Amino acid sequence: MAQKIAVIDYGMGNLRSVSKAVEHVAGDAQVRVTDDPRYIDDADRVVFPGQGAARDCMAAIREHHLNQAILRAAANKPFLGICMGLQVLMRHSEENGGTGLLGLFEGEVKRFDGLAMGDNGLPLKIPHMGWSTVHQAMAHPMWEGIEDESRFYFVHSYRVVPEDVSLIAATTDYGVRFTSAIARDNLFAMQFHPEKSAATGLQLLKNFVNWNV
Amino acid sequence: MGLAKRIIPCLDVDNGRVVKGVKFVEIRDAGDPVEVARRYNEEGADEITFLDITATAHERETMVHVVEQVASEVFIPLTVGGGIRKAEDVLRMLNAGADKVAINSAAVFNPEFVREVTDRFGSQCIVVAIDAKRVDDHWEIFTHGGRKPTGIDAIGWARKMTDYGAGEILLTSMDRDGTKIGFDNELTHAVAAAVPVPVIASGGVGNLQHLVDGIKEGGADAVLAASIFHFAEYSIGEAKRFMAQQGVEVRM
Repeated sequence: MAQKIAVIDYGMGNLRSVSKAVEHVAGDAQVRVTDDPRYIDDADRVVFPGQGAARDCMAAIREHHLNQAILRAAANKPFLGICMGLQVLMRHSEENGGTGLLGLFEGEVKRFDGLAMGDNGLPLKIPHMGWSTVHQAMAHPMWEGIEDESRFYFVHSYRVVPEDVSLIAATTDYGVRFTSAIARDNLFAMQFHPEKSAATGLQLLKNFVNWNV
Repeated sequence: MGLAKRIIPCLDVDNGRVVKGVKFVEIRDAGDPVEVARRYNEEGADEITFLDITATAHERETMVHVVEQVASEVFIPLTVGGGIRKAEDVLRMLNAGADKVAINSAAVFNPEFVREVTDRFGSQCIVVAIDAKRVDDHWEIFTHGGRKPTGIDAIGWARKMTDYGAGEILLTSMDRDGTKIGFDNELTHAVAAAVPVPVIASGGVGNLQHLVDGIKEGGADAVLAASIFHFAEYSIGEAKRFMAQQGVEVRM
């Protein structure tokens, strides 16, 4: 039977690109954008995207009664967090005057301080927007067919700082060296947008579809 | 290695068709935005911007379908501008698959509109497009394709728009637009130094050195060009190789 892939929809941002990109590489898999906890429980794989402010994201997750479904999926099946879908896995964010997050991992989400200078003599712009290199900090099935230091598309003003450095699957430099992906067991989550990262991003999504945990 | 400077081809779309001609040898239909976007993606474009130059509301609806189609098969960031006046227009484009929406004259007529849509949709997806022209010793913003002066200082305006939440500035020099003599790098640098968000330089590109100058002299984070890519004078790949040779960090 064709596998089921759930793209979690909690009303934060348009998920069309994510679902289309997953469909593009998923063969005959059934890809569904959903806020139904039962479908998420039932799915073979779960993609957890998101954009917007931390406080709004957390409010939307609660409104859709998705906290538990997200944590269950993150505990027991291939789980891919993208952008805010990485950040909200942490304990706490500085955003919106301090926001409690899902707390799956100990760590803080911090804003780029805007103090670092770029190579053109102007302060680095915030948001960090565009194609930056991703340094693979561990071997992982998600890197299959992707060269180390490949570029992916980023757009964000906050970055995760996990306490447990063994989680770090990738780092990226933008004034400061920050964690651009984390991995543990069945979970992989990244700050960049594979659905907007051309062929490299599609390869990563394909690796997720084929990932045997 | 850090953040690459972005190369953004811009397509003018009228009633669902690319205008101003695109010459790719292998393309069957140079007027089909999907085919053109696919080709730019293959050549290594870092983003694509669509400018809807359609006159009527009915034809504007066509743009939504264009964005839907492109977003279904081209997986790089897409920006859509032209005729965005209401929050509903922004929502429709984002739902169709646009990553960013550019707002130009609607911001001039009602600056609060920018605050409204950045609050609702997030700064990351709102680009404010500024058409600036030199007047004496400064630059002013113009509307109606550069015909109508507003008396508003361009640098102050850019700063105000980012205060209102704009996540990026698309800056077009109306003095240079269509001239092929290069960006107004002085203008670009003045804006880039004044705002904390990325600035895209636009207007005046005639050769590849102009792209380099926009980055090095103008301090732009991205460069946008239309005709040099449309008429296949240069491919995006050629542009990137040239820029890399000149010491500009690009995504190859």
